[in-house]
Amino acid sequence: MKQSIFTILSNKALTDSVYQMVLSGDTSAITAPGQFVNIRLSGRFLRRPISVCDWEAGLLTIVYKVVGQGTRQMSLMAPGETLDLLTGLGNGYDLAPVGDSPVLVGGGVGVPPMYGLAKQLRALGKDVQVILGFNTEAEIFYEKEFAALGCAVTVTTVDGSYGVKGFVTDALKDLHYSYFCACGPEPMLKALYRATTTSGQMSFEERMGCGFGACMGCSCKTLTGNKRICKEGPVMRKEEILWD
Amino acid sequence: MGLNVNLCGIELENPVIPASGTFGYGYEFADLYDINVLGTFSFKGTTKDPRFGNPTPRIAECPGGMINAVGLQNPGVEAVIARELPKLKEVFHKPVMANVSGFSVADYAYTCQRLDKEEQVGWLEVNVSCPNVHGGGMSFGTCPEAAAEVTRAVKAVTTKPVIIKLSPNVTDIVSIAKACEDAGADGISLINTMLGMRIDLRRRKPVIANTMGGYSGPGIFPVAVRMVYQVARAVKIPVIGMGGVGSAEDVVEMMLAGATAVEVGAANLVDPWACKTIIEDLPRVMKEYKIENLSDIIGGVQ
Repeated sequence: MKQSIFTILSNKALTDSVYQMVLSGDTSAITAPGQFVNIRLSGRFLRRPISVCDWEAGLLTIVYKVVGQGTRQMSLMAPGETLDLLTGLGNGYDLAPVGDSPVLVGGGVGVPPMYGLAKQLRALGKDVQVILGFNTEAEIFYEKEFAALGCAVTVTTVDGSYGVKGFVTDALKDLHYSYFCACGPEPMLKALYRATTTSGQMSFEERMGCGFGACMGCSCKTLTGNKRICKEGPVMRKEEILWD
Repeated sequence: MGLNVNLCGIELENPVIPASGTFGYGYEFADLYDINVLGTFSFKGTTKDPRFGNPTPRIAECPGGMINAVGLQNPGVEAVIARELPKLKEVFHKPVMANVSGFSVADYAYTCQRLDKEEQVGWLEVNVSCPNVHGGGMSFGTCPEAAAEVTRAVKAVTTKPVIIKLSPNVTDIVSIAKACEDAGADGISLINTMLGMRIDLRRRKPVIANTMGGYSGPGIFPVAVRMVYQVARAVKIPVIGMGGVGSAEDVVEMMLAGATAVEVGAANLVDPWACKTIIEDLPRVMKEYKIENLSDIIGGVQ
């Protein structure tokens, strides 16, 4: 974990409520896709945990949805403004067990961490299939970005306004895959847990206090004991997940 | 320039103490900085049996702070002695403050007696804000007699200084502090979190699964200063001040109000280096306010 000041290079709307922010700063503490950063905002007490979408030396991309006052404040920030970030938080995706043709499944604002993961898996020469699930066409983002990495992309919309009509599990049925990695709302993760035929990893969300394992605010029970979503998670192996 | 203070007979290099529940069992912060710079720290509230705590969400934000309803998640006193303390020993070489919670007088006495025997433990900090399961669920800390009963029971089975940590959610904090002093307490620490609640407008439900939780952070600092002032004037034993402390100036203010030492809680959660920064900043603030020795200003408000 590192604390450092980042400078906003760009902050643009991808949809009505989803924004992409690119920042420059020290990214050396980020070691795996699926990790997150915790952002201090002026006038707010708790930091805002946001997953890392993409990173390289000195450059960080986050994609976030406006869901409350803090993320609204972020959406109004301009290039040149600075943010205090804790970086390198959480346990990201383990790339070792994914096999040759993994499927990555992102639902809504769960899509961004899949991008950094897809990029790394493509660099390893994997055949990466991606399913991106949204409610409707207007909410879709990053389809082209995944395609540009050379991933086979399927988009699903619940209302059928674009791509496959239905849920991500409807698109999953037709795919052959060696492993799965997912991030999205809990009902989607639960459905995937049942629908997938291989091992996999899923990323979970919870309201956090500190984001680095001190406050026990985001604890969950797993088959391998109590875990902190912010520290041992947010990514968990399918085999250890214990649903409520 | 002297930063040292004496807390119940044990010398502290400085008065800064990370508060229980914001610092785990210490060793995780040792990855970030040398935690031996601290006066000491109060470890995660420990109970007789392991506890998972409350369902999530356990955290809500507020103006000037946060609400938590973690519910005393901890591995239980036996695991703390067997696992956590040995891990701590490798990175922390000062006496640690053992924070203890319980749900009956017997629970408190048992857990304190077990921890009292541990060489690493310097003080026992007894959190009396928990509900008394044999007393209709009322918090021990809301009633002078119940707080005194816990104090007596713990004192009877321990040798180390016993500090009773008081809840601010009471009508008359002074009467409770005095009851604990009369029952043999060696010190008083205050304030624990203030009972609070937030509502999610979209779902029309409490943000916290447990409905209510403890409010902490800078928003409660004035309440804490007031209560420390009231209690420190009324008792002869040392008082540890806490509640929303986030800067070296806050430490000095708490000490002027009557605190011998100062705990820092919620600030650690937004800035993991908060206590180190405060300690490094104290000499500058002492110079600014012409303080030669911190111990000289305890209760120095005029």
